[in-house]
Amino acid sequence: MATDTLVKPARTGSAGPPGWRRLLGSWDAILILALLLVVLVATATIEGVGSPRFYRFVVLEAIPIALIALPMTLVIITGEIDLSVASTVGLTCSVLGQLWYLGVTSLPVLIVLSLLLGAVLGAVNGVFITVFGLPSLAVTIGTLALYRGLAYVVLGDRAIADYPPAWTQNAVAPIPGTVIPWFVLVLAALAVVFGVVLYLTPIGRSLYAIGNNAEASTFAGISVLRTKFWLFVATGAMAALAGVFWTFRFASARADNATGLELAVVAAVLLGGVSIFGGRGGLVGVLAAVALLGVLRNALQLADVPANALTIVTGTLLILSVVGPNLVRMARERLRRRRPVTTPLERTSS
Amino acid sequence: MLPVLALKSVDKSFGAVAALRDARLELYAGEAHALVGENGAGKSTLVKILAGVHSPDAGIVSLEGQPVAFGSPADARAAGIAVIYQEPTLFPDLSVAENIFMGRQPLKGLRRIDASAMRERTNELFARLGVRIDPDRPARGLSIADQQLVEIAKALSFDARVVVMDEPTAALSGVEVERLFAVARSLRDNGAAILFISHRFDEVFSLCQRITVMRDGRWIATDEIGNLTVEGVVRTMVGRDISALFPKVPTEPGEVRLEVDGLTRHGYFEDVSFTVRGGEIVALAGLVGAGRSEVARAVFGIDRYDAGEVRVDGRRLRPGDPSAAIAADLALVPEDRRQQGLVMELSIERNATLPRRWALSRLGLLFGASERRSAAEWARRLQVKAARNSDPVSTLSGGNQQKVVLAKWLSTAPRVLMIDEPTRGIDVGTKSEVHRLLSQLAAEGVAVLMVSSELPEVLGMADRVLVMHEGRLVADIPRDQADEESVMFAATGQREAAA
Repeated sequence: MATDTLVKPARTGSAGPPGWRRLLGSWDAILILALLLVVLVATATIEGVGSPRFYRFVVLEAIPIALIALPMTLVIITGEIDLSVASTVGLTCSVLGQLWYLGVTSLPVLIVLSLLLGAVLGAVNGVFITVFGLPSLAVTIGTLALYRGLAYVVLGDRAIADYPPAWTQNAVAPIPGTVIPWFVLVLAALAVVFGVVLYLTPIGRSLYAIGNNAEASTFAGISVLRTKFWLFVATGAMAALAGVFWTFRFASARADNATGLELAVVAAVLLGGVSIFGGRGGLVGVLAAVALLGVLRNALQLADVPANALTIVTGTLLILSVVGPNLVRMARERLRRRRPVTTPLERTSS
Repeated sequence: MLPVLALKSVDKSFGAVAALRDARLELYAGEAHALVGENGAGKSTLVKILAGVHSPDAGIVSLEGQPVAFGSPADARAAGIAVIYQEPTLFPDLSVAENIFMGRQPLKGLRRIDASAMRERTNELFARLGVRIDPDRPARGLSIADQQLVEIAKALSFDARVVVMDEPTAALSGVEVERLFAVARSLRDNGAAILFISHRFDEVFSLCQRITVMRDGRWIATDEIGNLTVEGVVRTMVGRDISALFPKVPTEPGEVRLEVDGLTRHGYFEDVSFTVRGGEIVALAGLVGAGRSEVARAVFGIDRYDAGEVRVDGRRLRPGDPSAAIAADLALVPEDRRQQGLVMELSIERNATLPRRWALSRLGLLFGASERRSAAEWARRLQVKAARNSDPVSTLSGGNQQKVVLAKWLSTAPRVLMIDEPTRGIDVGTKSEVHRLLSQLAAEGVAVLMVSSELPEVLGMADRVLVMHEGRLVADIPRDQADEESVMFAATGQREAAA
């Protein structure tokens, strides 16, 4: 064993590629502290916050956002973005409703078909982005409109709402002995899967490499385009799962389901410390950000803060989320510059 | 007569690397002056100082006897110095006339741009140059030659006294070169000073009156063209001792490992065939732009190729797939280590283990320990100087970064190692460590293909020297016949040796 090296063993536990582990750790810590603070202050000052019912509602609202934020985090780490996710939810809801309306009565069949549809919609994004080399921002703004339009083609202004009560009740049923919806366990399991992929597999290593430097990743034998393609497929499938949950939670499939949800997802991912430029961030911060935004929104609603003000709060947080980690990073880098680390090469090739 | 532009004992360093040491140049009005030297002799740095991109650390730049200091390219242009680059950077979606007058468009009332005046003046400029380009057409789609002429028209439009042409002919056809030279001669005869940088001696001798030779960032000689021969210039360019820095151990070449057969990528290289045996170090020499790196990239699968094939140990390699190349035990240490070799923001550990991320995983999982162990071992073997292997590679010096790239690829236990500019921008001590390492790898039976622009390195390390000139392999010189002149002659297209 190489024990006599200059190298100190790095700390165990993996919260992101080392080196920035401390940086991200600190942003994660700030988010979790902010979450605790908001919970404490809101519980103390706003009536109704802190009740079991409150948390049940927060969790139900957060589930679809978190489901989509999981793959979105990976997508944004590679330097891409998918803005079509809410429309994918809407189209999945519409097709699911229409299939039920047309007589497909098997729940497993409906779920599998929905997930397949989501995967196909994600693959369409992926093909435009990786095969035709178009920017994901442009492509997914296009499919944001396209998929929503298709949802209206499928359902028009109808709402399909006559599902068996067992399905809709089961979707939101609590874990026995608690008020927390059982579906949160599905979310937790998926969060573990995505977390393992991001932190503990060669694929996760590739994602950070791609987001920081796609060219060097190619030279290291990483199939940059193939990786991105499958991320978009995964995003579509996860959005479809969110669509299935949405349909049964509200017992309603409508073409306008989840309109605007993509902004809530992207806001959570960015607030969670993922760099919009790719290469930085992780799931811990993102899940904390989903919780923080959910608690804050619901608490302010209970405090009778008007909807406009809620939007302003979300917007401010989003800007803070972009500025905050950068400020932290700049401060850290200034500290690090105290050490003489500038190299001749760094300057010549600028 | 006072020189229109003079550089006296100009020094310029980038960190520890001295790019120019005591560089000198005198340009007179009405002369075309050639600046020649090997790759890395400091020509580009000198051009950038003239262009106002860099400012010198020491020494004097003077215009007509007056010392000047350019703070920016705009200063240099205002002083009447125009630089025409090998690949001009025009705004592709603006018209030719707009490109010429960018930033100083003729105005009419209310500060509106006077488009017709701009068009007229563009036509006048082109008439003076004797060329026909539509001033209203967008720059996109112009040939490189026409783009250069647009740049020259721009230079004329602000009455440039000094026109610097940095390898302008590299991408031009014969006819286009003739046209460019006709334009250059008329500029010269109208009193402009032309600084012409080229590796093509026939062009230098047909256009220029005087030649300045640089080597290792220093001024070596300036002389009238009439006193010189091509051989004399080449010898002055390369003349230096090959020190004992290069510890190449003679090895008995083994089986053919890498076979490249008729490889063609149109526009980059044509019909390139060669083999590399185990235990052999083969250098791929040539001038910048000859297509050497492009061949290495194509072999490794970064770029696709139009014809030909690559075999490793007799097995055909799938084109366009670096992961297939890695699976076939091929490794490529690329030329640009900051852009291609490393992910600067990631740690030493992550970089050093990136190509082996699957090999190091167990059941597809990486807990970090195997990466840490592997990185620590290779960092120790290559003596990477770093505080912690979890620090980003951007905190390392150039030489240590190169060692991380080497660790990254040597840890894959390659049977064929392609290494592009192995010692560019690293200090002398690390250089010889890298050379010793390459020699040791060859002794262990690895087939090494080394792309290098440094002749001493090529001659000191290589068992065989392949020379490329303008996309073609023009010479295959065994070690005992390779010397500066034979390689340089082939590289400049002076001799077509048996490939």
